[in-house]
Amino acid sequence: MPSEWIARHDQTIALQGEWTLANYRDIKSALSHHTAKTQARKEAGGDESVSLEAITRLDTAGAILVIELIGIEKAQKVSDWASELPKEQQALLVRIAESMDAPLDVEPPSYSRISQALATVGVHVVGLWSQQRQLLAFIGLVMATLFQLILRPRRWRVTATVAHVQQSGLNAVPIVALLTFMVGAVVAFLGATVLQDFGATVYTIDLVAFSFLREFGVLLAAILLAGRTASAFTAQIGAMKSNEEIDALQAQGLDPIELLVLPRVMAMLISLPMLAFVGMLSGLAGGAMVAALSLDISLTQFINTLQKDVSVTHFLVGLSKAPVFAFVIAVIGCLEGFKVSGSAQSVGAHTTSSVVQSIFMVILIDALAALFFMEMGW
Amino acid sequence: MTTSDKPSAQDNQPVIRVKGLVNQFGSTVVHDNLDLTLKRGEILGVVGGSGTGKSVLLRSIVGLKRPNGGTIEVLGTTLNELSEQQRSQIERRFGVLFQRGALFSSLNLQENIALPLIEHAKLPREDAEHLARVKLSLVGLPPQAALQFPESLSGGMIKRAALARALALDPDILFLDEPTAGLDPIGAAAFDQLLVTLRDALGFSVFLVTHDLDTLYAACDRVAVLSQKHVLVVDTIDKVSETDDEWIQDYFHGPRGRAAQEAHTTSSTNANVQE
Repeated sequence: MPSEWIARHDQTIALQGEWTLANYRDIKSALSHHTAKTQARKEAGGDESVSLEAITRLDTAGAILVIELIGIEKAQKVSDWASELPKEQQALLVRIAESMDAPLDVEPPSYSRISQALATVGVHVVGLWSQQRQLLAFIGLVMATLFQLILRPRRWRVTATVAHVQQSGLNAVPIVALLTFMVGAVVAFLGATVLQDFGATVYTIDLVAFSFLREFGVLLAAILLAGRTASAFTAQIGAMKSNEEIDALQAQGLDPIELLVLPRVMAMLISLPMLAFVGMLSGLAGGAMVAALSLDISLTQFINTLQKDVSVTHFLVGLSKAPVFAFVIAVIGCLEGFKVSGSAQSVGAHTTSSVVQSIFMVILIDALAALFFMEMGW
Repeated sequence: MTTSDKPSAQDNQPVIRVKGLVNQFGSTVVHDNLDLTLKRGEILGVVGGSGTGKSVLLRSIVGLKRPNGGTIEVLGTTLNELSEQQRSQIERRFGVLFQRGALFSSLNLQENIALPLIEHAKLPREDAEHLARVKLSLVGLPPQAALQFPESLSGGMIKRAALARALALDPDILFLDEPTAGLDPIGAAAFDQLLVTLRDALGFSVFLVTHDLDTLYAACDRVAVLSQKHVLVVDTIDKVSETDDEWIQDYFHGPRGRAAQEAHTTSSTNANVQE
């Protein structure tokens, strides 16, 4: 069958037309048609020659197809049998044939499904274990640097710390206040609905106060900062890492822990307790608003009950967790930043990981702390 | 020798014609009334001191920076006047090698090169990846590299892979931004050789921004010198190097320039003797 690309004259196959990338698919299907016939003839003992002179245009994609048809060896000796072909196209065929001579198909080694599944589990377990070890090692490193510097106020990076306090603390006040206010209102509503059945609506005040002073104020602030600041730390340090800026610091004999990590950790240690305090206040305000508007408990009564029923211990218990959360969030954010490798994808992966890890750690520590405080009777 | 001796009339027809180009960033003027043409099938080397706007010129031509004035005519059409779609049609006939490779870090090498083949040439994935592997081998990368990701490659390998990607669609015009920077001298020489072979075979035109004097001698048909916000001179390298300008004299006749020139003359005499 004569086609646009291949024609057959007795013992000669003539290739013709534009053998280019644009026609790759058409030529390929014409070829597959053709090879079946050739195979049959070869078996019958016929030998065919190929002529290339009718090819009007040839690019790399076309050359690959030609070589697949005639074979690599023949293509490398193209000048012997197709001297009428322009020199450039001969050179192209030789060059491409050369590069097709190497084994091209490399398949990744394949394993059975069971061993793949086992390997995946293993990789994750080892990864989790080494992550925790790295975290502990990094905490140790930060602590050591912190204690070295704490007695040398000259080396404190005050400007950087203040800048981070503004970014991660001050700028987060509106969102923390709004969120805790709304959660405070919700808790008050919930409490009122449940307690109404016992005629104990007035204990709504205690519910809001206990939950916000002990848990919600600090927990909500910490979770917000884990999403907002841990990710920012990871992205900042990760971008510096992939731009080799961290290496540049180290090569100049500067300590990236001192320059990059400590200001961030210090800023978090300052910001989170303050934000937790803001969270407690505005949670109480949310509760007070609901109490005043729909439970007929006046603001004066609310404050009086607070003073009478709720001791300051609860406030201290809640606030004591803030520095721990702050430290964990900052350290995880920075550590994930240092783990970033060259690619843009890696920055994204580690940012996600830092948010997930820090929220997880915050809630885990909070649960442990609740147990501890309960046993201590605080 | 590299000068192509094809007698056809098409040879001297320009594929890129830049006229009166003006580029500025804020109040800093980079190009002022710059004229330049790239002829069909030639390798044009663009040189100039740091900050003379070589890369900016390249970015203006490929459409990554909108010029502040002047016209850029590519393959007979003025780029600024085209709609997005027509522009994309023209742009797919470009192959660009960026200074730092700019390989997609989320794809392995084979996928990096197969991407334009799948998206533009509409090849099935299997065919595209087969072509990609041949192209990787063509630029001298080992077969195992096809499944590696860019972050695990050395600088030289990234350059090669980026060239393979620039060549993926068999472009009409190839833009190379310092392709041999960061390559070892052997790799750089092989790169020059590869470029000339491919140009002869495929007939594309090359716009080559470089600092590499050896590349200028080994591969370029003409050399354009960017200085004082426009093209100071554009001609064959022998004529350019004799231009009476302080920078050009320093550039071509400094110690490195002389070494490159000597290396070139020796190698071409050797070739003549062998012939």
